[in-house]
Amino acid sequence: MHRSRLLAVLAAAVVLVLVASGCGVTRGSDDPSNRRLRMMIPNSAGGGYDLTGRAAVRALEENDLTGRFEVSNVIGASGTVAMQRLLNEEGADDLVMTMGLGVVGAVYTNKSEATPTRMTPIARLIEEQEGVLVPADSPFKTIDDLVAAWQDDPDSVTVGGGSSPGGPDHLFPMQLAAEVAIDPNDVKYISYDGGGPLTAALLGEKIEVGMSGLGEFSGQIANGDLRVLAVSGDERLEGIDAPTLTEAGIDLVFTNWRGVLAPPGISDEQRDYLIDLFTDMHDTDEWREALADNGWIDSFATGDEFAAFLKEQDSRVADTLEELGLS
Amino acid sequence: MDLLLEGFQQALTPTNLLFACLGVILGTAVGVLPGIGPAMALALLLPVTYSVGPDSAIIMFAGVYYGGMYGGSTTSILLNTPGESSSVVTAIEGNKMAKKGRAAQALATAAIGSFVAGTIGTVLLWILTPRVSDLVVKLGAPSYFALMLLAFIAVTTALGSSKLRGFIALFLGLAIGLVGTQTGQARLTFGEAKLADGIDIVVVAVAIFAVGEALWVAAHLRRKPLEIIPVGQPWMGREDWKRSWKPWLRGTAFGFPFGALPAGGAEVPTFLSYLTEKKLSKHPEEFGKGAIEGVAGPEAANNASAAGTLLPLLTLGLPTTATAAIMLSALTSYGIQPGPLLLDNEPGLVWALLASLIIANALLLVINLPLAPLWAKLLRIPRPQLYAGILFFACLGAYSVNFQAFDLVLLLSFGVLGFAMRRFGVPVLPLIVGVILGPKMEAQLTEALAISSGDVSTLWSEPVAVVVYVVIAILLAAVAVNGLRRPAAPEPIGPEVEDEKELVER
Repeated sequence: MHRSRLLAVLAAAVVLVLVASGCGVTRGSDDPSNRRLRMMIPNSAGGGYDLTGRAAVRALEENDLTGRFEVSNVIGASGTVAMQRLLNEEGADDLVMTMGLGVVGAVYTNKSEATPTRMTPIARLIEEQEGVLVPADSPFKTIDDLVAAWQDDPDSVTVGGGSSPGGPDHLFPMQLAAEVAIDPNDVKYISYDGGGPLTAALLGEKIEVGMSGLGEFSGQIANGDLRVLAVSGDERLEGIDAPTLTEAGIDLVFTNWRGVLAPPGISDEQRDYLIDLFTDMHDTDEWREALADNGWIDSFATGDEFAAFLKEQDSRVADTLEELGLS
Repeated sequence: MDLLLEGFQQALTPTNLLFACLGVILGTAVGVLPGIGPAMALALLLPVTYSVGPDSAIIMFAGVYYGGMYGGSTTSILLNTPGESSSVVTAIEGNKMAKKGRAAQALATAAIGSFVAGTIGTVLLWILTPRVSDLVVKLGAPSYFALMLLAFIAVTTALGSSKLRGFIALFLGLAIGLVGTQTGQARLTFGEAKLADGIDIVVVAVAIFAVGEALWVAAHLRRKPLEIIPVGQPWMGREDWKRSWKPWLRGTAFGFPFGALPAGGAEVPTFLSYLTEKKLSKHPEEFGKGAIEGVAGPEAANNASAAGTLLPLLTLGLPTTATAAIMLSALTSYGIQPGPLLLDNEPGLVWALLASLIIANALLLVINLPLAPLWAKLLRIPRPQLYAGILFFACLGAYSVNFQAFDLVLLLSFGVLGFAMRRFGVPVLPLIVGVILGPKMEAQLTEALAISSGDVSTLWSEPVAVVVYVVIAILLAAVAVNGLRRPAAPEPIGPEVEDEKELVER
């Protein structure tokens, strides 16, 4: 009996050790070219941040710009948990985190103190445009049709998006509404669990309009089942026959961007090292391939440019969500 | 037909067969490990697409998908540790069968049932894929709400002998399901960001089933001499076959349509299948003590739903599960455009996939059926060591859901709850139903009402919803009439009381 209890204790100890090693910290060696770095990804494997982060890591590793990367998915509250951990690792000189607009929003909707402006900005990597989608039979032929009907009766237009409140697909219609003088509080927004369910709702005409990145809808757009009324970026999207919002006379440029942050409190040398690292990464063939394969728009920016951008985005998101009573 | 034959030709090349084998074995392995579902396995395998051709990759992914759906049943049956939410129901009867020394039969009926359901499901895919219209997207939130309500009411009519205990369990489950910020409001999160996404059903199920039982056994070990679970016969007997084949078919009938519906999922059909078998069985007294029908039906249902999932994926480019979404992104990385035109643009690939599903299914049966008696021998491990192993798997599973130590705290807390539920004879099924169905139902209800701006009449605005409400009304009427006809008839002793007795006696 005692023996067996000992065994049980031993088994428990094994579990503990395994668990502990999972959260373990890899210490880098002093030689920077051979350093081991860690990257945190704030959502699950296969998601947008995951694809971006892992593509960057792959480009870095394959070109021997760094030693091996340890990539971990820290899942929870749309990135808030990962941001909290980044904040907790203040001064850690071997850690970066992939994040983006959705994480900025999530930090506010979850009322977290781990805001992006507290972290060390490293680089903005990519952006994706949002599109305004309607089903083939929709009465809205242009973005003006939609805006007119929307202004007339905000309740008559149900907007669907693939992200929860605070995410890009939610922020975009809210900022669009505000721009065309509709109170964001009157916008009827339905949050769907990603592109698949959103497509189903659009094809089944359960909602009037969908707002989302267009990558997951390329099949339906090519097929004519869905129509793009406008795209949200600076320039038109290749292969999509739709104007930008500014071309259509609406003064709004909105992109869903992704970038890399480091923890607060790292030294200037460390910050510069990481910026150089991602600048080198940006020049690799692997990264260019990843951009092309995924339809990402290159929007590389580092240092002060990215810091200023981050600050501007942060306050814009905070304002939008505050107006909606969500932060 | 020609296309299908071509598909088989492509899938049966030695290389692709090897990839199918690899996928099936990998899939079974991740299915066996609780917490790591097929979605995560595929996501981790995505880099493979850099180095192999699209047909090999997609064939391997099909193997992983089916293998994962099947593998989840193994730990459910043997260790009472469901790996996926869709195999939770399997654990209820399956583990009881294992305790009675019928683990091999439970595993076999799960394997053959999965094969039957997977095969029928794939054949349905062959027939429907080129033809199906966009019928599946016609169902909106009102219809889904009605379907969930049906599942919900079906469960409450089968709460067991003590309605009070049944409702306690159900409401406990609903309360656990409330945790999170899915509705935009933080509920029961206590300001903890790690609770914002809600509590994962795998953590709850593993805790209540496995940890709760381990605690219970530990608490009673000293009073009872150690006894080893009998091994019993290695193969299914004639009676087992007779009692299994109808549940397999009925489970398939539940699973496939739910899988094909964008918000259907694999959990609801497993519940419905379980409850149907319980009602239709000639041995209702065995339910809760290891009825083979309760394993055969739900296992067929979850595999059929996996096949159903591929229907909207291939015809409309609609990923309805996380796993399907990752298969889509794999296609995208080859520059293949998923969507309604996939079948027109890439017929070879689609038919190779459909052919490889049958191959994967057959491989699964060939690999797993002979293993069933071997797996069953696992239960001959003396109880303290066995439960140490179960606890290890439970922790591993809970941890690998989110890779957060916080989930282990949750696991232990719910384990204590599971222990208490056993102590006081509170049934487990209603709690699990509450945790799974509660949030789903709420999401559909809020979506329906948000779209209609709060107009309640939207709930019966879709034909499917109306039909389902009529079914619910008939069901309730039948229960009421039964109740009136024999008001004094003693209710049969429910599983939970038996359960307790059985456990105490051990």
